[in-house]
Amino acid sequence: MSDPVVEASDVVKFLGHGAARVQALRGVSLSLSGGELVLLMGPSGSGKTTLLSVLGCMLSPNMGSVRVCGRSTAGLAPEQLTQLRRDHIGFVFQSYHLFATLTAMDNVRLTLDVRGDFSRRVIDRAKEALATVGLSHKTRSYPLELSSGEQQRVAIARAIIGDAAAILADEPTAALDGENGHAVMSILAGIARQGTRGVLVVTHDPRILPFADRIIHIEDGRIVRKAGNGGLPAKP
Amino acid sequence: MTLGEFISLSRRDLRGGLRRVGRFSAGAAFYIRAAVRLAVAVLAGRFVIPLIFKLAARNLFHDRLRLAATITGIVFSMVLVTVQMGLFVSFRTMVTTMIDHAPADLWIMPLGTKCFEDPALLDERERFRALSVPGVVEAAPVLVSFAQWHIPSGGTTPVLLIGSDRNELGLQPWNIVAGDLYDLAIPDAVAVDRSYFERLGTSGLSDTVEIRDLRAKIRLVTQGIRSFTTTPYVFTPLDRARSYAGISPNKATYLLVRLQAGANAESVRTHLNETLAKAEALTPDAFRSRSRSFWLFGTGAGAALFAGALLGMIVGVVIVAQTLYASTKEFSNEFATLRAIGSSSRYIYTVIIIQALLSAAIGFGIAAAIGKVIVKATADSALPVLIPGGLMAGLFLLTVAMCVLSAIAAIVHIMRTDPAVVFTR
Repeated sequence: MSDPVVEASDVVKFLGHGAARVQALRGVSLSLSGGELVLLMGPSGSGKTTLLSVLGCMLSPNMGSVRVCGRSTAGLAPEQLTQLRRDHIGFVFQSYHLFATLTAMDNVRLTLDVRGDFSRRVIDRAKEALATVGLSHKTRSYPLELSSGEQQRVAIARAIIGDAAAILADEPTAALDGENGHAVMSILAGIARQGTRGVLVVTHDPRILPFADRIIHIEDGRIVRKAGNGGLPAKP
Repeated sequence: MTLGEFISLSRRDLRGGLRRVGRFSAGAAFYIRAAVRLAVAVLAGRFVIPLIFKLAARNLFHDRLRLAATITGIVFSMVLVTVQMGLFVSFRTMVTTMIDHAPADLWIMPLGTKCFEDPALLDERERFRALSVPGVVEAAPVLVSFAQWHIPSGGTTPVLLIGSDRNELGLQPWNIVAGDLYDLAIPDAVAVDRSYFERLGTSGLSDTVEIRDLRAKIRLVTQGIRSFTTTPYVFTPLDRARSYAGISPNKATYLLVRLQAGANAESVRTHLNETLAKAEALTPDAFRSRSRSFWLFGTGAGAALFAGALLGMIVGVVIVAQTLYASTKEFSNEFATLRAIGSSSRYIYTVIIIQALLSAAIGFGIAAAIGKVIVKATADSALPVLIPGGLMAGLFLLTVAMCVLSAIAAIVHIMRTDPAVVFTR
């Protein structure tokens, strides 16, 4: 495993204002290194999504620090955080968030488009990314023409095309049946095994435990347990 | 606040304003340079077309009904603005038609004259005073006066007589479609515009009519010499005009001055103003400006036209802003996703601005076509709508500005959207 691609130290995050203000994270520390797939598990309202947002530079911590590829996010302006996210982080969302009016190819290409890369090689890179997730034959399909599993695979292709060091996935199998969920996790585990990227998956889904190198449990804004995959079935 | 503080504040505001203009210009220059470079690279096959255009176009065309509402709003707004501005241009041109067609270097008129149609009178002595001024070669009298035209079938209608002798400095009819200018020398000859035949109760050339109980015969017919006041112009030689108007032979409304070759118009004008007793001299430009000022702003007509145009713009901005905002809100998930995957604010602004520009281009295209139809339909009316090329270009820029301004609400909405919402939707 390589150096940490994302690190959080003693992160505290408050959400809301006034009487509605709640402490979503209470001193969370974790790291994600290249080459590993980490599961973040916990009950609803435990702070998983908030932690994912903080690690993904969408929210700034009130206290503590976050480093992405060695760079601290402290004091960065919103546009600088956006750039950090653009350069180093890929996202996979529970409800895919594909653009219904763009083809699979264009949805994947979008990651490079927002970086201002309009060179012809973006087409080859998008094809490669779609091939990695087994969708070479669906480049011209629109999201509505794809199954849920295929849509999620397009979303993964979009996350990896930009060579992001960290892939943050929010419940990527929640909307999928067992077979598709397994296929999606296999792809994410394969990405982690390449060694350069770390994959952090927020999940409730016990079916995907076998894919994890590590499992982190979070409750009430605190990490309550970190474990390797000892005792679990061997990784597929 | 002291005067010093006021000046200091004003300077600060001016500096701030100039800085903003500078930043805006730099931003616009950046976009133009980037767009040109990109277009060249795409045409050369080195680049692919950015998805930003596809996103904007698909967002816009996704909901056809809303697109139709947006385009209708822009079209209504721009047709209204086009008609108002077209009328303004037409009005502005028509109020100086006679001044534009008079071959004078200077105009001498009774003191306080507000416009060409102002029927005050000069005494002939002013002509001799004018001729005594060095640099003045000729001062030809022109009479402008209202008279009663007897309609052959009964009743009368007012006409505006233009009395001028046929010489180098005469104010003669133009756009002649029947008869000859020499025919005006025939006793009782008058010239009228054919667009007024019905109003004057005549069938045209050779008709004999009466003006103030005196015989007149139509010997010349013009086309397009119309007055925005709807009162027909009737051209006739000076003496006959005096008779028709019942004005004594030593009176005139204007003296058209021809200057000696090489004479300085401004210094002659100054000298004339010192010499004339109850008259003043103006350059043609100054007289045009005075006439326009009177008709457009003194009467409130120009303000009304501008108010109509402004109203049209406000309606357009509100409709386009509302539809763009609704469209952006509908696609807020997609915009949040764009932000989550790292698109810059500029990228997102650009998507919305392109939507606005596409709307502007479509809306303007339709509005311009309707404008052309209106121009044709009003060509023979008392106040035709005129849309010269410059106005058309200005209206296009105005449409673009209106649509871009309308995009602000959508941009503000989207920039307030937290990208983290993508995890909760």
